[in-house]
Amino acid sequence: MPERELTFAQAVREALAEEMRRDSRVCILGEDVAEAGTPFKVLSGLVEEFGAKRVVDTPISEAGFTGVAVGAAMTGLRPVVDIMFGDFITLTMDQMVNQAAKAHYMSGGHWKVPMVMRTTLGATRRSAAQHSQSLHAWFSHVPGLKVVLPSTPYDAKGLLKAAIRDENPVVFFEDKMMYKLKGPVPEEDYTIPLGVADVKRAGDDITLVATSSMVQVALGAAILLEKVGISAEVVDPRTTWPLDEKTLIDSVKKTSRVIVLDEGYGRYGVTAELAAVIAEGAFYDLDAPVKRMGAMHVPIPFSPPLEDATVPTEQTVFDAAKAMCKPS
Amino acid sequence: MTTATSKPEVGRDTTAEKEKWLHAYRQMVSIRLFEEQVNEVYTRALMPGLAHLYSGEEAVAVGICEALRVDDYITSTHRGHGHCLAKGASPDRMFAELLGKEAGYCRGKGGSMHIADPATGNLGANAIVGGSVGIATGAAFAAKNLGTDRVAVCFFGEGALGQGSLYEVMNLAQLWTLPVIYVCENNQYNEYTHFQETTAGTILGRATAFGIEAASVDGQDVRAVNEVASRLVKRARSGGGPAFLQCDTYRYSGHHVGDINREYYRSKQEEHLWKTDRDPIQVLTKWLIEQGYADPAWFDRITSEVRNTMEAAVKFAISAPYPSVDEVEKHVYA
Repeated sequence: MPERELTFAQAVREALAEEMRRDSRVCILGEDVAEAGTPFKVLSGLVEEFGAKRVVDTPISEAGFTGVAVGAAMTGLRPVVDIMFGDFITLTMDQMVNQAAKAHYMSGGHWKVPMVMRTTLGATRRSAAQHSQSLHAWFSHVPGLKVVLPSTPYDAKGLLKAAIRDENPVVFFEDKMMYKLKGPVPEEDYTIPLGVADVKRAGDDITLVATSSMVQVALGAAILLEKVGISAEVVDPRTTWPLDEKTLIDSVKKTSRVIVLDEGYGRYGVTAELAAVIAEGAFYDLDAPVKRMGAMHVPIPFSPPLEDATVPTEQTVFDAAKAMCKPS
Repeated sequence: MTTATSKPEVGRDTTAEKEKWLHAYRQMVSIRLFEEQVNEVYTRALMPGLAHLYSGEEAVAVGICEALRVDDYITSTHRGHGHCLAKGASPDRMFAELLGKEAGYCRGKGGSMHIADPATGNLGANAIVGGSVGIATGAAFAAKNLGTDRVAVCFFGEGALGQGSLYEVMNLAQLWTLPVIYVCENNQYNEYTHFQETTAGTILGRATAFGIEAASVDGQDVRAVNEVASRLVKRARSGGGPAFLQCDTYRYSGHHVGDINREYYRSKQEEHLWKTDRDPIQVLTKWLIEQGYADPAWFDRITSEVRNTMEAAVKFAISAPYPSVDEVEKHVYA
């Protein structure tokens, strides 16, 4: 029997539904999460199964309902908040950074905040500068938070289930351009531990470390590279924190070349951190400087040809990798 | 504004009433003398960081917390020692926390502005002004969702009226009929600025705009505070929804212990008036004597006992060990 395939959105929904069936404390809060099922329709059908008490439509008050989730998590629920666009995390910063991330530590371990924030990242949806950013580096910078970046439907389901079962605040970034991506997803219950990278494709000549949306770009580039005789390994950290440094470093030690790909801004961002980790861990095994590729350091423009120029593509990654492996 | 009724009611249980207010008196004196010790320890340079004293506002914390059960929740503020003590925290572990010692409520990792204690329902003092409004509302959301009859009280100063998140959660609380009481301690000053310079309109108008049950009370009269708090807590516990209580009070000290020269923002005459005419401990003392519930010797004895307790707590904290340095990476994650 062929393996069952789900879209990324279906995998997210199935993870939520399974966890809500398993644990009555799990609830969802967000804007238009109930009957509307969010503008992306990721949550369609959940309110029908679990009712309005557990799938709760909120006013457009990101700080307010995120704060409510922090308090509810401290006192017995396991809330999953939905922040429609990753750009809106700016509105939740005090609740996540000063409250959720610190309650356990500041209380000497007495209080816990088992909540998940689901939100999106990714450009090229023609949504302009306030609906297209990839701001996951911000939360990765804060001790006390965990940050998850699934890149396939399989990972989305397993990582989200692990995030919901985690005792800490976890921020779960979904690439909004990937919701329709299909992939194999088992029907049985499984989780993927947070902090374990995945080698998405094995190779010998160059490592492409890629997160979220950039994993599919890296896999596409690897196919192009294969045609010119370059064997690329694609490594997906899956979580920026906790970070599986060993898998990244081991891969680079094997291939001796690496490009780090992430759709966030490069400056002071995820690519900077991953490149530093690799440089510290595998410097003497490198045959070329670590290369970073991320979003251009500009607000994401609306006009399609301009927007497309801001993010790495299969072609630009192919060109960069080829230049590193076969300098002309 | 609500004030306590002083006429004896027919058939009231005077024994229970006497016990209740003698206990409240002791709680208020505990807070006052705790803060006296904080001031002392701080000025002797034994306490790291900042100290924001609650002296003058005791009737608010005690009046409210005496209306709560031990399993009800509170969130507190940077000026939170009074709330923590009134909800049942012990002075020795509080002082240990203030000095950064392992025996403190937060193993020394929180300090004066972050005392938290699950055993007494204290979700934590919060050093972001208005920072805990979401947490308190969330605790009320969980209480309702889980079907308990717990109530959450959110203490904040009038300075927090400038924070937008307060209005977001008040809107949610009213929409969802949550058992949360927003207690606005109007001690007149947002740090070094009189609240009238920062606050347009009225304080209660902010709550009534959402349809939230709102009241104001003389925050120097513990009986008045307790009377209205008891009504609002009972209402919230029985599904009546959120409430907002404005307690007008006064911060005897500066914004923090080091804020000594205050005349550029408030006069010594004003401070003197509040401290002599409206001192919350004196207000209750006068009433207890009028009722014949206590004599001068009793007040002296309680003050002496409480002072001994506070001095012992300070000694305990000073001699308690710091956490070992390997503690620094513990409790980042659960």
